[in-house]
Amino acid sequence: MDGLFLQILNGLDKGGAYALIALGLTLVFGTLGVVNFAHGALFMLGAFCAVALQRIFATSYQAVSETKKDFLGNPLKEDVPYIQDWFGPDVAAFLMDWSVPMSILLAVPVMALIGVIMERGLIKHFYNRPHADQILVTFGLAIVVQEIIKHYFGANPIPQPAPDIVAGAANVGAWVGLGENVVYPWWRLVYFGFSAAVIFGVFAFLQFTNFGMVVRAGMQDREMVSMLGINIQRRFTIVFGLAAVVAGVAGAMYTPTLPPDYHIGMDFLVLSFVVVVVGGMGSLGGAVLAGFLLGVLQSFASMNEVKSILPGIDQIIVYLIAVIVLLTLPRGLLGRKGVMEE
Amino acid sequence: MSDQKQLTRRRLLKTSAAAATAATAAPYFFTRGALADSHAYRNAPTGDSVTFGFNVPQTGAYSEEGKDELRAYELAVEHINAGGGGMLDTFSSKALKGGVNGKKVKFVTGDTQTKSDAARASAKRMIENDGAIMITGGSSSGVAIAVQGLCQEAGVIFMAGLTHSNDTTGKDKRANGFRHFFNTEMTGAALGPVLKNAFGSDRRAYHLTADYTWGWSQEGSIKKYTEQLGWQTAAAVRTPLGAGDFSQYITPVLNSGADVLVLNHYGKDMVNSLTNAVQFGLRDKQVNGKDFAIVVPLYSRLMAQGAGENVKGIFGSTNWHWSLADEGSKAFVKSFGEKYGFPPSQAAHTTYCQAILYADACQRAGTFKPSEVGKSLEGFKFDGLGNGPTEYRADDHQCFKDVLVVKGKENPSSKFDVLEVVEVTPRAKVEYPASLLGGELGPYNNG
Repeated sequence: MDGLFLQILNGLDKGGAYALIALGLTLVFGTLGVVNFAHGALFMLGAFCAVALQRIFATSYQAVSETKKDFLGNPLKEDVPYIQDWFGPDVAAFLMDWSVPMSILLAVPVMALIGVIMERGLIKHFYNRPHADQILVTFGLAIVVQEIIKHYFGANPIPQPAPDIVAGAANVGAWVGLGENVVYPWWRLVYFGFSAAVIFGVFAFLQFTNFGMVVRAGMQDREMVSMLGINIQRRFTIVFGLAAVVAGVAGAMYTPTLPPDYHIGMDFLVLSFVVVVVGGMGSLGGAVLAGFLLGVLQSFASMNEVKSILPGIDQIIVYLIAVIVLLTLPRGLLGRKGVMEE
Repeated sequence: MSDQKQLTRRRLLKTSAAAATAATAAPYFFTRGALADSHAYRNAPTGDSVTFGFNVPQTGAYSEEGKDELRAYELAVEHINAGGGGMLDTFSSKALKGGVNGKKVKFVTGDTQTKSDAARASAKRMIENDGAIMITGGSSSGVAIAVQGLCQEAGVIFMAGLTHSNDTTGKDKRANGFRHFFNTEMTGAALGPVLKNAFGSDRRAYHLTADYTWGWSQEGSIKKYTEQLGWQTAAAVRTPLGAGDFSQYITPVLNSGADVLVLNHYGKDMVNSLTNAVQFGLRDKQVNGKDFAIVVPLYSRLMAQGAGENVKGIFGSTNWHWSLADEGSKAFVKSFGEKYGFPPSQAAHTTYCQAILYADACQRAGTFKPSEVGKSLEGFKFDGLGNGPTEYRADDHQCFKDVLVVKGKENPSSKFDVLEVVEVTPRAKVEYPASLLGGELGPYNNG
């Protein structure tokens, strides 16, 4: 029972990340009709917003130590962060400790800007092109972005610790009357709450604002909305920016869970596409539902008890579920009629 | 139309038969040529230079290690051509006096991408198009074994880079292949006693193992040596290479009754699984009245930096570390550090050594002919290259030397100061009979 409960938590945590990426993918596909393979790169760029903020805080000058030596035996040049001189060691330590949550403040404008530039500068030229062209150009863009990040930040993962206050694991077992071995990392619980809040925020934005109403109408019938005198294209550009922001903040907040490297977006991308397809192309609810469902099933499939009966199932479960869903529900779990159907 | 089809089919059959005959006979043409002239061999240098082929990961997840290997190779070539500098000054053999056999060393590079197919393709290109006399490098056992096989077929020497699987000089060993780096058998023999001293003999270990040749080899060695010391193995779970988030594999450890987690992972997998294990509180946990322990059998300092503070206090092994105080290591760190501004990694060290050892063997043999160079390396005893007295064993072309057991440093003084050496296990304790790991060297191929 303890193991099962932990795997449910794992699945929800993993599913949160899948759902956030799939949500952005679905928003872009539902509004612009573009299959965006660069979406994983947006997640990665968000993660590197956290890395960049940490680097900004750590920007230093070098002071020659009188006592310490470097690896060559020369006097050690110690890095002294400017923020330490400007604000004192306590404030500097606080800023470094909270750099990941604070990076959201950097990620939101940066990712919105990147999203809008990407849409206006490249994606819009492919609206009326076949999906294969869109996939090729966005996949190419993703590789270019990856290589740029690798050039500046290297290929190795870069550790991004969570704030001390949420370091370590929570005794979740005591909360729900299970054993003391049922512990779960605080940061993963924070991430799950964060994912839920972002998903709720996006749905509320689309459901309860005039802007959202127009976007939803545009997703249903773009021509009709245009004929009503609404500049739907401008709104869709903003939606692309919103999708970039969702992917970006998801990436930034994910960094304490796994140290980011230039490839982290690609690691998620394929799975997220499976999530979108299983959820139903263009269905926001379907993307979220499939994200959590596949996350939980992937975790269950990794249990030793399951693997002893079905060896290797943990490596194929997501694709197996995709096959079963598409055979029984060709439009996915919550797919709409007419989407991606000629 | 029908005639045309028949004609086409016949032509196709004829062409296929001719191609098959040519392909089957091609290796014998090389052999016949070589036998007719005992001095002939693949890519024999004719001008005033000789070309080495450096095959390293320049793209992909191990590209930082690849870059460090390339830096070391460039430094080695500088030292070989100058006849001194770095560890060449401390190397016990004094055969190299500037260049090799009167020829200046040049080099070409290839990108393995840490993929066997890509690595074989780049090695083939360097051998066939660039005339490389020797191929060296790499950061993966799968790649090393694949390229070693290719070099054997092509008739050039392969000086393996960072490859730790037993199989490279075990069941997949080849006469044309030589490895300076240690292997999982040696890691198990060196690490086992240290783990027993640190954690006692009444322990239950849970293994998470990367599901490929190196992972299986590492798991087998650690299980063998820890079980000999009285440990039990609670479970050994295979994880897919590049799993990303390992949380679903870590959580079963919590309820397994195990009090040691062995992470048979390397590179990014190691960074991620160790980070996840620490997140789940395993480093601070108590099980069976004992402090829970995590072990990472193979450490890479470059990769350990990616795990940040999570490596603190975690035991593992390494082939070499820049903090060693012997004259060879100090000379290497100085020359590398002055040229590049930071200390070399173990990948840089082993590749530098391999380039120097190959050049020295050619010089001592007076030729670049693979069979003569190989014989010159077989049983070669040397010192001054940072690992103490070392021998290239003739039986399996594996170097035998001291092995370092290291621990994640509690109070690092810089970003390079991640590991501390806790024990230097003498060669005698990690040596094993060549027959233990199986395989046959077979005959040398001179191309």
